[in-house]
Amino acid sequence: MYTLGIDIGSTTSKCVVLKEGKEIVAKSLIPFGTGTKGPMQAFEAALSESGLKEEDISFIMATGYGRTTFEKMNGEMSELSCHGKGVFFHHPDCRTIIDIGGQDAKVITLSSGGAISNFVMNDKCAAGTGRFLDVMAGILMIGVEDLETFALQSTSPISISSTCTVFAESEVISQLSKDADKNDLVAGICNSVASRVAALAKRAGIKEAVYMSGGVAQNGGVRTALSRELGCEVHFATDAQYMGALGAAIAGYEKL
Amino acid sequence: MAEEVKKPKRPVDPNSAKYKLGQIAAKAYEDAQAAKDRGEPVGWCSSNFPVEIPETLGLAVVYPENQAAGIAARGYGEEMCNIAESDGYSNDICAYARISLAYAKVKKCEGQDMPQPDFLLCCNNICNCMIKWYENLAKELGIPLIMIDIPFNPDYEVSDAETAYVKAQFLAAIKQLEDLFGVKWSEEKFAEVMEYSGRSSRAWLKAAGCAHYNPSPFNGFDLLNHMAVMVTARGKKEAAEAMELLYKEYEANHEKGESTFRAEEKYRIMFEGIACWPWLRVTSTGLKSRGINMVTTIYADAFGFIYDDFDGMCRAYASVPNAINLEKARDKRVALAKEIGVEGLLVHTNRSCKLWSGFMYEMSRQIGEEVGIPVVSFDGDQADPRNFSEAQYDTRVQGLTEIMETGKAAK
Repeated sequence: MYTLGIDIGSTTSKCVVLKEGKEIVAKSLIPFGTGTKGPMQAFEAALSESGLKEEDISFIMATGYGRTTFEKMNGEMSELSCHGKGVFFHHPDCRTIIDIGGQDAKVITLSSGGAISNFVMNDKCAAGTGRFLDVMAGILMIGVEDLETFALQSTSPISISSTCTVFAESEVISQLSKDADKNDLVAGICNSVASRVAALAKRAGIKEAVYMSGGVAQNGGVRTALSRELGCEVHFATDAQYMGALGAAIAGYEKL
Repeated sequence: MAEEVKKPKRPVDPNSAKYKLGQIAAKAYEDAQAAKDRGEPVGWCSSNFPVEIPETLGLAVVYPENQAAGIAARGYGEEMCNIAESDGYSNDICAYARISLAYAKVKKCEGQDMPQPDFLLCCNNICNCMIKWYENLAKELGIPLIMIDIPFNPDYEVSDAETAYVKAQFLAAIKQLEDLFGVKWSEEKFAEVMEYSGRSSRAWLKAAGCAHYNPSPFNGFDLLNHMAVMVTARGKKEAAEAMELLYKEYEANHEKGESTFRAEEKYRIMFEGIACWPWLRVTSTGLKSRGINMVTTIYADAFGFIYDDFDGMCRAYASVPNAINLEKARDKRVALAKEIGVEGLLVHTNRSCKLWSGFMYEMSRQIGEEVGIPVVSFDGDQADPRNFSEAQYDTRVQGLTEIMETGKAAK
């Protein structure tokens, strides 16, 4: 029996196909989110990789901001529950999840059985989200995937004090005009995101083990800064970007 | 605001409390306009000013906070906020204040008109933004302002010293109004007003308390609508009678197994903060569609004033929710949550109300721990529609629902 989870975010669409609620048989990621062809492309790519047809899938569970608009879904669930299920699937020691997505940041606390006990999300502001990093990478003319490389080479991170993305952008431009070291600037940007998210995490109440999910989890610069801010190790969830989709596939299996 | 498909409204029984309360709220504005037309002075009054004073003196007053809520709920909040912001008021200040300051300037709004003021009555027991808001109105309009200072109380109880401080100001306000408008304070009339205010308050609190029945005999959003009468007319006989009728109806609903919550009540939550008036339907539907009844809110209790004499009235107005310390405010909410029996807490992080939203981070954490319920917050505003995101709200409410569902399944 196969179930499919699709996580339609603001900037990407991810799919996971699961066999008997246990084995990941296919996954796909398309860098286009809700309101684009991204969700359907991710869906088709996952089916193609698994060698399955749509009718072979017993339940399609959608999550993420575009969850209610995906026509092929049999049910929808919030990304909060799905990230919880996805991370717990790989890491049953997890009690706190930090998920930094394209347009929001979430801190989810789990019980020992893996159920969500509480969550907090960012205020209506781009600071501390993936979008903040996208904007900063754009100004620095580097890929968002390269932020980690730059940050880890920094010797003296520059403080980015503005929480507002637009004001922080001005701050970075001003530093660039002063020939500031790019590595130090990137480290400062990662620290800024980590500091915002750490405050959120402290509000939720940190319980170890702490795992990061979502696209930003791949950024070692942010992970290292978060560990420092929280005073504990922040682990990198396996297949971090797929946690929502995986959790949705698990939730789909639970519905059967 | 998003387009919404409006269902035809159910006809309202003219003998029902809902109809009568609606009439009283509307009549409060009509009566004030009639007084203005007769050449009598009309005041603008803050919602937690002792309404017993103008009522006893026979002075007509209207309530800018109530007007601003009406304007926002009818979709005119942004237009009015823009007028105030064009005049230099920051969009960081309270949207009720911005709407009111705009209304004092343009003197017209399709959302809710009311007569222009001849005097102002302000009490800062709910927030200190009121002070500058009313001072600016007084300056712009060139009219007298009576300001009552009831400071935030860091202690658990109202002390005799604070009671004396507040009482002296109430007495001074009465004297000022007598001198300004040639009216006269009457102890007999005060006793009558106090009795009606007490009857209204007791019935209101009892009606709201009917939510302890499971399922609740009413939709909690009803409280937000009926509250207008507690704000604008709690010292009037017809308000007391209508509130007593409301209580009877809720008891009768319970007896008959009926409710004004037109869905299966799967979950019961407490709501914290002022309603998100510009998005009332969206916020209400987001809950109702998931079978969530918002059965209680401290905001409703805030307008139940119970006391027996003048000193008691002073203590009551020094005990409104935003004037009390965190521990007392928390204990009141915890008691309410336990008595009514709620499974979650939804907090409106209201960008207009820095005071209320500011202390909620810590207070809601304490309430959640004490009651053992999940706490979820969403961003919004009591009157400025630009501070709300429907998708963000929906995700958070769905997350809350899923936690409550998991909790129920585990039991």
